Amino acid sequence: MAANYDAEPILKVENMKQYFKMSAKFTVKAVDDVSFEIYPGETYGLVGESGSGKTTIGRGIIRLYNPTAGKITFNGYDISGKMTNEAKNELRTKMQMIFQDPMASLNPRKKIGDIIGEGLDIHHSYASKEERKEHIDSILAKVGLAKEHYDRYPYQFSGGQRQRVGIARALIMNPDLIIADECISALDVSIQAQVVNLMKDIQEETGSAYLFIAHDLSMVKYISDRIGVLHLGRMLETGTTDEIFANPLHPYTRSLLSAIPSPNPRAEKGRVAVEYDYATSGIDYDKGSLHLIGGQHYVHGTDEEIARWQKGEV
Amino acid sequence: MSDKILTVKNLDLTFSTNAGPVHAIRGVNFDLERGETVAIVGESGSGKSVVMKTVMGILAGNATINSGEINYSYYDEFNELRTVDILKQDTKWIRKNINGKHISMVFQDPMTSLDPTMTIGKQLMEGMMMHMNMTKEAARERAIRLLDEVGITNPEKRIKQYPHQLSGGMRQRVVIAIAISCNPELLICDEPTTALDVTIQAKILELIKKLQKERGISVIYITHDLGVVAKVADFVNVMYAGKIVEVGNIEEIFYDPKHPYTWGLLSAMPDLETDDARLYTIPGSPPNLLHEVKGDAFAPRNQYALKVDKLAEPPMFKVSDTHYAATWLLDPRAPKVEMPEELRKRIDRMLKEANADGSEL
Repeated sequence: MAANYDAEPILKVENMKQYFKMSAKFTVKAVDDVSFEIYPGETYGLVGESGSGKTTIGRGIIRLYNPTAGKITFNGYDISGKMTNEAKNELRTKMQMIFQDPMASLNPRKKIGDIIGEGLDIHHSYASKEERKEHIDSILAKVGLAKEHYDRYPYQFSGGQRQRVGIARALIMNPDLIIADECISALDVSIQAQVVNLMKDIQEETGSAYLFIAHDLSMVKYISDRIGVLHLGRMLETGTTDEIFANPLHPYTRSLLSAIPSPNPRAEKGRVAVEYDYATSGIDYDKGSLHLIGGQHYVHGTDEEIARWQKGEV
Repeated sequence: MSDKILTVKNLDLTFSTNAGPVHAIRGVNFDLERGETVAIVGESGSGKSVVMKTVMGILAGNATINSGEINYSYYDEFNELRTVDILKQDTKWIRKNINGKHISMVFQDPMTSLDPTMTIGKQLMEGMMMHMNMTKEAARERAIRLLDEVGITNPEKRIKQYPHQLSGGMRQRVVIAIAISCNPELLICDEPTTALDVTIQAKILELIKKLQKERGISVIYITHDLGVVAKVADFVNVMYAGKIVEVGNIEEIFYDPKHPYTWGLLSAMPDLETDDARLYTIPGSPPNLLHEVKGDAFAPRNQYALKVDKLAEPPMFKVSDTHYAATWLLDPRAPKVEMPEELRKRIDRMLKEANADGSEL
């Protein structure tokens, strides 16, 4: 794949924290001390169960939330805390997002062309109306839609086509990083494959990086170069896709991998997923820290826990 | 003796819409034996949910049933076997005698299938008090037992809570508890785990399996996730554009599929060993059922389509006693076409893996 690991990371997240204060006494620590980086042209997959904080991280990076603490650097600009105007401009153009539900994320009263062109309008990035139309048409073609679709409304499209519009809208600004938040979860298996193939083609052509947030591990494995496993707002294990799938160390990662159903009835019938319950596992996330296992493989835990897991005990 | 709990015969159904009549179900046949699990797979819009809604008698108002029979067999209060044609009964009778009592349904989204203004206890007790004439106290006691059975800890406390206070997985457990509260013989699960993530999905599927074993109920799964099908089903019906195109037991469908559409579905799913640069996709999109389909509905997307596919609809060809497929490729006069090489390799690998170690990862 085209990921360039020698270059400066395009996105660097250091000790990101996102707390939500529910009441005077109770604060939800949705994301707690998470660090990772994404290199140009790379796909980084974030996986974890619902409530693990993966969507919160995506939203915090693109500043739909204001992160409580931590430093986020994007293309050399500091985009955490109060942003300078240049940083804001860089963030709003070069980082884009694709959302989960393609119906809910498109304005039902706007034409497809105008939905896609909204970014151009806001940033005044065209000289004439013709140029704008041309640009939008070329993006439509790129995502496999036709010119005629320009004047249609979202309800006239199927789920897969709508997600193509979502991708087109993200692509129009020529972004360096696209955050794809569960962008295929709402689609059918065969449509999922189409959208994933499209995303791969686009990456090859434009060299943009993806932050791919999903809970479907078989898709994540297929599309990602590196994977981060989240649970309860912590990064428990991160590494290249091969490292994670060939040698999962953390018990949570193991249980997550064992839960993937495989389309193989004979093997599947007798198999029982490995259980993992944080409360009874005796693991305290507060005590551990990330340890390097080898290559790019990091695991969260105390020295003693990691030694035990490496010996294959749980 | 075969003990069929449900037989659907030649069901044909049209929705009238502003754009014209949509021929959503075009002759569906299938049956289910007591205690078995059947899965119905297909893309969205293939009509899999519509068939099940017909069985439950909860079709939308603009549906017209053109022909068909849905025979449901059950033991009445005198323990006598009775068979009714659900399509011939009026809604009121179905609500009173079938829904909840004999057939119950688990829907896809656990948030929208629970009433947000009622405590989960009240929602659980409602059906039992209606169908089983239980007193409030008895229903409450049973509700607590049911919650415990579906794996909800601290049921005495939970029973007083509202749906929004529970997580997605918990909510789906409550929905399942409601579904089994009146001892139904048939449970229909419409994409029960699509809205949930893998770890919760595994737990919910194991829960349904456990309940099925303990109570001897039959289960119909509607899903597009073949991994789920592999885990739970005994028999599989593959649906495409309002028809069942291939039916067989689980091994026949996964290890020896005959219909090109089934080949496509199996190939499109990434398994953990997939390393190809691209995922396989079925070209084109499903037909618009507003227009009458001529010939085989799958022909325009089928790379193996024959001339006859455009002219006549293929009948169900028999492969084995349990395995049937509707494709002209099985006709003795058709040229011999094998499944794609990629899929053949994958199936071989799966068989090897399954034989080497049944409990592998």
